Amino acid sequence: MKHIIIGTGPAGVVAAETLRKRQPEADITLIGGEPEPPYSRMAIPYYLIGKVGEDGTHLRPAAQHFDHLKIHLLRQHVTRLDVATKTLSLDNQQSLSFDKLLLATGSYPTRPPIPGMDLAGVVNCWTLADARKIAAGANKGDEVVLMGAGFIGCIILEALALRGVKLTVVEMEDRMVPRMMDEKSGTLLKKWCEAKGVRVLTSTRVKGVSEEKIFAAPANSAPASSGGFFSRLFKPKPAVMAEAAPTPSGKLIVELDGQAPLKVDLVICATGVRPNIDLAKGILETKHGILVNERLQTSAADIYAAGDVAEGKDFSTGKYSVQAIQPTAVDHGALAAINMTGGHNALNRGTINMNVLDTMGLISSSFGLWQGIDGGESATLEDLNRYKYINLQFQDDYLVGANTLGMTQHIGVLRGLIQSRTRLGAWKQKLMHDPTRIMEAYLARNTG
Amino acid sequence: MLKSLYINPEKCTGCLQCEMACSYELEQVFNPAHSRIKVFTFHDAGRFVPYTCTQCDEAWCLKACPVEAIVINAATGAKEILNDRCVGCKVCTISCPFGTVNYNSASGKVIKCDLCGGNPQCASACPTGAITYIDSDATGLERMRNWAEKINTQYAA
Repeated sequence: MKHIIIGTGPAGVVAAETLRKRQPEADITLIGGEPEPPYSRMAIPYYLIGKVGEDGTHLRPAAQHFDHLKIHLLRQHVTRLDVATKTLSLDNQQSLSFDKLLLATGSYPTRPPIPGMDLAGVVNCWTLADARKIAAGANKGDEVVLMGAGFIGCIILEALALRGVKLTVVEMEDRMVPRMMDEKSGTLLKKWCEAKGVRVLTSTRVKGVSEEKIFAAPANSAPASSGGFFSRLFKPKPAVMAEAAPTPSGKLIVELDGQAPLKVDLVICATGVRPNIDLAKGILETKHGILVNERLQTSAADIYAAGDVAEGKDFSTGKYSVQAIQPTAVDHGALAAINMTGGHNALNRGTINMNVLDTMGLISSSFGLWQGIDGGESATLEDLNRYKYINLQFQDDYLVGANTLGMTQHIGVLRGLIQSRTRLGAWKQKLMHDPTRIMEAYLARNTG
Repeated sequence: MLKSLYINPEKCTGCLQCEMACSYELEQVFNPAHSRIKVFTFHDAGRFVPYTCTQCDEAWCLKACPVEAIVINAATGAKEILNDRCVGCKVCTISCPFGTVNYNSASGKVIKCDLCGGNPQCASACPTGAITYIDSDATGLERMRNWAEKINTQYAA
């Protein structure tokens, strides 16, 4: 049996390991396009603050881990997928055939359609290569603009602050992490960042980025190349031209709507990511991501998809959607591998959407249907001065979603309560009165 | 034979000796806030429930860790945090459906029960036998596992 996995993130790596466990003799190839051992994007913020070195981001620290498992790691870009012949074309003109294929190609960072996004001083924060650029370009005293206060933007704020840069965050929406936190907590997060000296502009768009150009120094300091071999080969340009043409100063001008433009050294673009469905487009069924069934199988029988790229089943809604989160990637990877190797009872019963975020030391979390549901009830408790907040969302007498801010103890039980569909009974009223008693509610309803 | 913590809330008097012992063993201070075991108080029912990690087989924390910083101690079966690997991303703290992996902002790492390497101090310190460390078969571990099965999403093949 010949298995190929495209993508070396958590979904791909867990799938490869699970395949190996189930089929000791199978031929397993794991293909990745980046020039590093499989690593975790989750660890990048901690690399940026110097808490770990690059090797601290590796998904599997053990040397030769993949060799020992006889998982063939291939560093190539896959350029084409042919479903009929079950072959892949690679960048190096080779082609590979497979019996079963897993697409775990993850997401790619998007940039808004505005001028200047192709300039060298505009970087993403997605890959380890991006992180190296940020580490090199964001130093003490530098002016930096962070476009986007979503999950990725927020999680690197601390790293940027610790690097001593002068930071401005620009977010289109009216609060921070609008796709993870409700209005109250997203607004509190903004206040927290501002109190820490970060300028946060919400409901603000970047209209464009351009290079600042300044006029070169006067003629008497000009062309040192007035002699020499090459100047004799090429007709020298008239000196007056050199004086008149402005040259880039190394600074970038960031145009904002409704605000004065900013002059900065670096622009970090963290405006969002999209499923990387290029290989599947027009070949497999896709919407936002690649469509899969409960077996993580795509519209082609021997091709599976997992992780950020797959539209898998959501526990809370029962519908299929992209959840670009680590726990879902791991679950998908394992489930897909079981199904690729003939597993019968390994159906995706739905993964729960959840997230935890550390924004300059303020910890926020979200679970399930944190926005609430029609006809549902909610309970919130806030202590704005201490940056603490909790929001619970109920349907009948069970919990369907939650947000927390400033809480670090026992928050996992929110997942437990939601995903076990624990009937809260009398504890629902107690939680409506004091939503912080989640652990007690869980214990009271689950222990004898 | 693996051993597990067996907690019988009926015997708990809420004295918090377990929390003190845990904190001292793992952090060298007597501070319940640092304890990996926590006694929950139900005032209306006059009931106390000590609670910590059950070292569950599903090990959601371990599977969710992006950098393999949670490993199984082969001797005790405990899921242990490797401090030099943990980056502090907290994904395990939302993955554990029992709420027993927590973030410690002082260290920037997560903490959980590690069974004290096979000699759990909470059990030693408990004066009423509410917390004991006994053969896994007898602990009602099955009951915990059955519950865990309710929310199991994977590996059922």
